[in-house]
Amino acid sequence: MRYLPLTQSDREAMLGVIGAASIDDLFVDVPEAARLDGPIHDLPMHASEMAVERHMSALARKNLTAGEAPFFLGCGAYRHHVPASVDHLIQRGEFLTAYTPYQPEIAQGTLQMLFEFQTQVARLLGTDVANASMYDGSTACWEAIGMARRITKRGKAILSSGLHPHYVSVAKTMAKFTGDVLETATPSLSADTDLATLIAAIDKDTSCVVVQYPDILGRIADLTPLADACHANKALLIAVVTEPVALGAIKAPGEMDADIVVGEGQSLGVGLQFGGPYVGLFGCKEKYVRQMPGRLCGETLDADGRRGFVLTLSTREQHIRREKATSNICTNSGLCALAFSIHMTLLGEKGLRTLAEINHHGAVAAAARLSQVPGVELVTPTFFNEFTLKLPQEARPVVRSLAERGILAGVSLGRLYPGEASLANGLVVAVTETTSAEDVETLAAALEEILA
Amino acid sequence: MSINASGWRPEAPVAGGKASPTVTGNKGLMLEEALIFEIGDSETTGVDFASSPSPLRGAGRGEGPSGTSLGSLARTAPIGLPGLSEPETVRHYTRLSRQNYGIDLGFFPLGSCTMKHNPRLNEKMARLPGFADIHPLQPVDTVQGALGVINELAVWLTKLTGMYGVAMSPKAGAHGELCGILCIKAALEARGEGHRKVVLVPESAHGTNPATAAFAGFTVEDIPATAEGRVDTAALKARLGPDVAAVMITNPNTCGLFERDMKAISDAVHAVGAYVYCDGANFNAIVGRVRPGDLGIDAMHINLHKTFSTPHGGGGPGSGPVVLSEALAPFGPLPFTARYEDGHLALIEEETAGDEHPHTFGRMTAFHGQMGMFTRALTYILSHGADGLRQVSEDAVLNANYILRSLEKTLDAPFAGSGPCMHEALFSDNGLADGFSTIDVAKGLIDEGFHPMTMYFPLVVHGAMLIEPTETESKAALDQFIAALRSVAERAKAGDISLKSAPHFAPRSRLDETLAARKPVLVWKDPVLAQAAE
Repeated sequence: MRYLPLTQSDREAMLGVIGAASIDDLFVDVPEAARLDGPIHDLPMHASEMAVERHMSALARKNLTAGEAPFFLGCGAYRHHVPASVDHLIQRGEFLTAYTPYQPEIAQGTLQMLFEFQTQVARLLGTDVANASMYDGSTACWEAIGMARRITKRGKAILSSGLHPHYVSVAKTMAKFTGDVLETATPSLSADTDLATLIAAIDKDTSCVVVQYPDILGRIADLTPLADACHANKALLIAVVTEPVALGAIKAPGEMDADIVVGEGQSLGVGLQFGGPYVGLFGCKEKYVRQMPGRLCGETLDADGRRGFVLTLSTREQHIRREKATSNICTNSGLCALAFSIHMTLLGEKGLRTLAEINHHGAVAAAARLSQVPGVELVTPTFFNEFTLKLPQEARPVVRSLAERGILAGVSLGRLYPGEASLANGLVVAVTETTSAEDVETLAAALEEILA
Repeated sequence: MSINASGWRPEAPVAGGKASPTVTGNKGLMLEEALIFEIGDSETTGVDFASSPSPLRGAGRGEGPSGTSLGSLARTAPIGLPGLSEPETVRHYTRLSRQNYGIDLGFFPLGSCTMKHNPRLNEKMARLPGFADIHPLQPVDTVQGALGVINELAVWLTKLTGMYGVAMSPKAGAHGELCGILCIKAALEARGEGHRKVVLVPESAHGTNPATAAFAGFTVEDIPATAEGRVDTAALKARLGPDVAAVMITNPNTCGLFERDMKAISDAVHAVGAYVYCDGANFNAIVGRVRPGDLGIDAMHINLHKTFSTPHGGGGPGSGPVVLSEALAPFGPLPFTARYEDGHLALIEEETAGDEHPHTFGRMTAFHGQMGMFTRALTYILSHGADGLRQVSEDAVLNANYILRSLEKTLDAPFAGSGPCMHEALFSDNGLADGFSTIDVAKGLIDEGFHPMTMYFPLVVHGAMLIEPTETESKAALDQFIAALRSVAERAKAGDISLKSAPHFAPRSRLDETLAARKPVLVWKDPVLAQAAE
């Protein structure tokens, strides 16, 4: 077996040192009834690298790869070009095969990277501080709701109808067990966000309002009045960003006085990967830092007075606080955070702004072209790189027929909100720098045919 | 022109000269690296874009179709993100990487973390475009291969554990624990026994266990350990009653021992109507030799990043599928894959859950879990096969016992008399000189070129040193580590003061964690601007 260095004579010599007659002697504490006498039946035996590669490649070929099709899906995961150097660097063994930096003297690479990541994320989200990452956007969103409960000591969260329905589902699942009350609503297929409704709903029991920016239909709205209304009631504003590239073109939620800003960082550096692993972004105002979940990296000095970095404020965390921890989270999403940070460093301010511009212009052009398809209507006049169309019929079967033609047309709202008749004709279309004008034309032409 | 032509002649090197401090702070191959904020600027970028994407530039900056616009939301203020060119970026992160210790570099015996070799075939397979470049919301007919990976891995995990079902979506071990505990809570509520509020957790448990139980609204009570390092079965049985919801046990436990009474404990727990959660962090010790399902376990998470070799990545991403008993499987989370008789794979989400999975406790994460880790873990599992995985646990246990018996005369091994250990060997700091503790031994090991063992965990042993070699270490590597640890331990017993300031040969000497926590500096601030603001 190519991954096991011990030879049979090593094993025998080692058993001799241990004083055991056979390997079975080392498993004596396992009750006899539970001991397996050989390899588990009806499972295959070991295989060569070539054989495994053949098997996995055959499975991979059964998927319609985004890069091989005109591709327009978004709704929480976006296809962006990732520079080649990102994947090269994250595969360096010193990053790939390191553990959590519990021995900081020999983990400064990971720690400095996390410190840089935290700073990049805080600046992007417009918050004072950010942590070293969460599992993904949806879990970060729930953790933010929990954090707002701890800060305000109130148990009612108001979730915008524009929040990703899977994020709402995650929050509902968790709230069932923690006893939080969640007010939720289904979005309407219209140009307007539900900001006014949210403002009207805030009361003295509200811990927080959770709003997505841009929202699930791609709409963007000024969060400032909502932040003011929250703060007037001593509630917190939580903003959720599922497309961080947008923040190269539009104001950051922190700039509009959001208290906690969370996000899905997958767009930068990480790739689609069928939904994971991704990287949750988590930033907040400095005054709330001790209520934050997750790992934090901080600057310090070594015994010789040189700058260095360590994990810090760990008295919030489970390995110290056990049942009193701010969260049970133990890992972060280190390698994805590294990929995010490298991609962001390559882009820099200038690159991110250019990237955002290209995305926005591409989406604007695509929206213009697609809304010329007879019967198709652009629902969302204000958007970044993702917008919602209303088709003259249910969008879900249309998406399926387009997939049969090799076009991945977008996310039908019927998939996200099954059973909601008012949304069934909605199609959310994302356009990034990877989308070509030909892709848009292909989709438009196919839509014209199908809808004719 | 040759160098000899300019007058230089090879000469014998001079030994023993003293180095003077360098201008750069670098020491040969040990290179200092500034922060990106100190070396980058807002005008530099390492990414080129097509200069004129004209078909997409239908409108002016910020303007949408027919008079729409980003309007007042268009960003005006600078973000403050420094950029670097590609060569500068590659050099920055390459230099940072060299300040890290990784498994690729050497022995990494971090107990309870299973730092085994990460096969590169796993990485190659995860990067196949058919897996890496597919969207989680694509129509299911276009992702049958991806669902096939999830399904095939799920079959392996259930067969290796002898369990009924598996929830694949949890993102990491602690998330898996939460999944298991939520299944238990949902099952109790379905039985009308939501009043059961107590979860029993051994003192030696990982911190995530009590944190998870508390998060789900349970009250946590400790179970003591016996002098031989196992759960005190009598005390546990005495505490069982109608208010107990579950017991969370790590097996093999964090003292490195197999819980012999596991089946009896499970039976007793079930007899009072409670459930058994097993922390599967240490599954590497028993994979292929013991199936937790045969021990009466109801739920167990599997850290794919431990037993099944997906990379730790400097602290994640992990992946924590949870195997479930027949009693708990109906309550598992959405989404999951279902395989029909014709071979077609479906994704069961909220829409179809009513028919297919009506008792689910709901969704734990936006999408389907850590697909990138599933491809890696399945690649690893197929490489080993049923026979190779059995050899994995045998070699892991053999290596740990070899370390235990080779070092028990040097270091205090509190449970050495309790029989063979499983995949990790536990020592304490008893016997070190006054004022010396586990941390000094650990930092001494850094100077010897090793990553230290887990320190001060589990809590049941004073100054715990938990050593997990894994099966991917050669005998020569173990012998070298044993020799080094013997030497460092003898120095600590003799009170060698140089250990107190170790490490001496790392990129940094001991770091001041108290300072970091007292005045947290969590983001970089421009010192010029910061000074102006004061």
